[in-house]
Order: sequence, then C-alpha cells, then structure tokens
Amino acid sequence: MPRTGEITFRKRSANGTRIQETLIRWVLLACASISVLTTIAVVGTLFEESFAFFRVVPLSEFLFGTQWTPTLLPRHFGILPLLAGTLMIALTSSLIAIPFGLGSAVYLSEYAPRKVRRVLKPILEILAGIPSIVFGFFALTFITPILQRLIPSTQVFNALSAGLAVGIMIIPLVASISEDAMAAVPDSMRKGAFALGATRMEVTTGIVIPAAISGIGASFILAVSRAIGETMIVAIAAGQSPVLTGNPLNSIQTMTGFMVNLSLGDIQQGTIEYKTVFAVGSMLFLMTFAMNLMARLTIRRYKEARK
Amino acid sequence: MAVKVNVEHVDFWYGDLHALKDLTFDVPEKSITALIGPSGCGKTTFLKLMNRMNDFIPGTRATGKLIYHDRNIISYDVDVVELRMKIGMVFQKPNPFPKSVYENVIYGPKRHGVKRKADLDLLVEKSLRQASLWDEAKDILNRSAMTLSGGQQQRLCIARCLAMEPDVLLMDEPTSALDPTSTQFIEDLLVRLKEDYTILIVTHNMQQAARISEKTAFFLLGEVIEFGDTREIFLNAKNPTTERYISGRFG
Repeated sequence: MPRTGEITFRKRSANGTRIQETLIRWVLLACASISVLTTIAVVGTLFEESFAFFRVVPLSEFLFGTQWTPTLLPRHFGILPLLAGTLMIALTSSLIAIPFGLGSAVYLSEYAPRKVRRVLKPILEILAGIPSIVFGFFALTFITPILQRLIPSTQVFNALSAGLAVGIMIIPLVASISEDAMAAVPDSMRKGAFALGATRMEVTTGIVIPAAISGIGASFILAVSRAIGETMIVAIAAGQSPVLTGNPLNSIQTMTGFMVNLSLGDIQQGTIEYKTVFAVGSMLFLMTFAMNLMARLTIRRYKEARK
Repeated sequence: MAVKVNVEHVDFWYGDLHALKDLTFDVPEKSITALIGPSGCGKTTFLKLMNRMNDFIPGTRATGKLIYHDRNIISYDVDVVELRMKIGMVFQKPNPFPKSVYENVIYGPKRHGVKRKADLDLLVEKSLRQASLWDEAKDILNRSAMTLSGGQQQRLCIARCLAMEPDVLLMDEPTSALDPTSTQFIEDLLVRLKEDYTILIVTHNMQQAARISEKTAFFLLGEVIEFGDTREIFLNAKNPTTERYISGRFG
C-alpha cells in the first residue's frame, strides 16, 4: 500500500506561474478586444462617411423630406419613405412574432408535458437557424401568391408578405428568450399560487408572466430590433419602391433594402450615392442601438423594482 | 374532539414506489396534528395528498378514502380548485409572490370573486392580524414582499392562506428555514390559529411537535407506525421504534 509520503507533486517556480498567468490574461484580453475594436472601427467609418454626406445634404431634408430619389435627378434625400417602409415591416412582423412567440413560450414553459417540451424547443430553435434568404423566397413564392389570391390588388412585391415572413422568422427569438425567462421563475411561486386554488392560466398570467416580464419585454424589443435590421427578406420580397405609402399591399423599400440595392450596383467611392448608404446605415445603427439600450434598461429597471 | 378528516386505508404510489401504505387515522378539528418521522417516510406526500398537490407529479396514483366534509378528497370528481380554497398550504421555504405585500394577501380572494376595494382592505388587515404581521406590515403594504425578512415572508404566506378563509391548514416544515426567534413566533401563531383552524404540520423538530400539537402521527417507510395523543406518544410510546425515534436514537 502506498504511503502518502511517496506521492510527489510537480514543483513549479512561483515566478513561472506568475508570468504564465499574466500572459494568459493578455491573450484573453486581446480576444475580447477584437469585437470591441471592430465595433469602434465600423461605427467610426459609418459616421465619417455620414458627416461627409451631411456636408452636402442638410440634416432637415434627410430627416423630414418625403421623397427619396438619391440616384435619380432631381435628387431628393428624404428618408421618411424608407423609414416608413422599415417601420411597416417592423410593425407587421411584431404583430406576428409577439403573440405567437409569447404563446409558444407559455405553452412550452407552463403547459407542455416535459417530453413534448424536450422535442419542441430544439425544433423551434432550428427555425431560428434557417437563413433569412430562405424566408425571403418563402415570402415571394408562397406568402405573396396566397395574399394575391385573397386580395387581388396585392402587388408582387409588397410590405405585408415580407413583414409576415420576418415575423415568422423571429418567432423563435421571442419564444426562446421569453421561455427562458419564464422557466427561470421559481417553481415554488407556481406551487404557492396553485395551493391557493389558482388555475394554470391564472398562475401563468398572474404570477409567471409578471415575474418574467423583464425577459419577455427584452425579447420583444430585441425582436423589433431584429426586424428593423432584417435585410434579405425585404430585399427579395418587399420591393424597391421608396414611396411614402400606408398600404402594406404595395411595394415599398426599407432602409436595409435600399442599402443592399445600391451596394449591388457599381457606385463610385466618394460620390453622393456612396455616402447615402452610410447615412442610411448610421440611421439604422442608431435605431437598433436605441432599441438594444432600451432592452437593457427594461431589464435593469425591473430587476431594481423587484429588490 | 370532532373529526375533520377521516383517513381510511390510504395507499399512494409514485410509479412503482409504494410511498404510503394503508394509512388509517382521524384528524381532529380545531387542533394541531403533527406528522413526524425520518426523511422520505411519506409525511410530505401525505400532506400533499390532502390538497392534491401530488397531481402535478406524473405517474402517481392513490387509493383509499380521505373523507373531508363527506367527500373523498382522493376521488377524481373533486374540484381541485375548490378543494385548495378550503385546504390551504404553507410551504417549507417562504414563497411569497414578487408582488406587494397587499397583492400577496389578496391574490387568492381576488381570483375567487372578491372585487370591492373595501372588502379587500378589510381582508388584508384581518389576515395580516391573524398572522401576527399587521403591526410590522401595515405601513409597507405596497412594498414588494421580497423585501421582508424570511420570518415575515413565512407569516405573509400564512396570511395569504388565511385570506381564503380556509378550514384546514397544511404546513410542510414551515419553520425549518427560519431562525429560532421567527420559529417561536410562528409556533405561537399556530397555537392561536388552532382555535379556528384544523392544522396538519410536518416537522423534523421533535420539541416543536411536543410543544404545539394535540395529536401525533409517526411515519416510517410509508406507514403510520403510531398515531395518538402527542403527550401519550412522547411520554409513553407504545411502539419501541417510535420511542427510539423520538428520543433521537435514529433518524
């Protein structure tokens, strides 16, 4: 039988260990810095070109103009048609994604038997992994024909079809984050409510959803932010008509749609068209940034309220 | 003492595990019945059978009779929601809802049709007084229940049950997560509450059982080895195993 005295530990110098640890720390810091530096570089480029744009086009025309013809003479640089297009997509998709996403989350977290949940949740997450170009063609070749059959005046490229597809695409985002938030509500709270004679629906709406509201709210905001930034689906299915319209059955253009459209053509660096892309990009960035900031604040405010 | 619940030949299974075996005893009304025994012997299972909280566990099955107001709690046609209004439960760990103190108390009544503000106010005061929490809570009714101390939270959970004007209170080791002062507070409270309510309490604390209960059921491996007057069982157990458990020689 070996005695403890026979075990030998590897000797290492205190100095060596310290150098090694310091080195590791710097390497890890470098890894973390890459994404931060890239972000700074991207935002820097974006704003630099945008400033160049605003030296030519007054900010007021950009923000309040109702005509968008940056490549045609006479040029107009009013972003409102694009903004309206983007918001139309965001609204339609939210109307799909929020109720269906929340419904799925409630089912998975509160109603589904454990077995069903184990199968269903991964499937839902696979849906989140489908490339958006697939949804784009799905909108164009499946949703649009149905819409046209229902409402004959529907245009081939239209906001509604693209908005529905974006909505379907972001259902898993809402469902997954909301479900995580709801699953994190301690079971003891549910049991407490059940023991007071509450039904499952009452427990869900009265206890679980309020307790998980920060996560649920964050999922909504992230979903809208995702819809605002979505490019491929709208480029394929929403059209290329930057006109101010309230009719979702018409062809529109979103900010992202414009950017991808212009980038596909050959535009000269330094021209006003080139700079326009960056100005629209800045606008887009500010919007999604604001949304993400809002999501963080919602979470934090709610956490404080619960303390 | 009149009988509140007749337990007649009750058996219970978790899948293949025979967790409760042929339980038969009478729970007297307006008194405290203590359920004691080593961990895993079925005390909590029995308690949860009383308000059908075991229904949440898939693959469970119960037979026998648990007669409460002439109806068998175990049978399928019992309205579980209605049953739980009459048989309240306090859990091992305080589990207030992440809402205000006020909202916690009225959670049950509001769900069952009490809507008028004046009625609710009255109910809040009455329940908190009964749970000896009114003096501490009356000025912080709108504060989140999460800010209360553990002992206060547990009393709030008791108040939340009392607001339903139940008839039976089930307590699953209600003081095991609390400090001795809070424990003392809750014990005093239970002794006062038994004037009006029938209380069943699971406890691992022999002194607690001896201090507050009238009847004691000693559970072992799913069976009730001995049931009777607490004094009788603690001073003069008929079964040698009971005697050994109570005196701390095993379990």
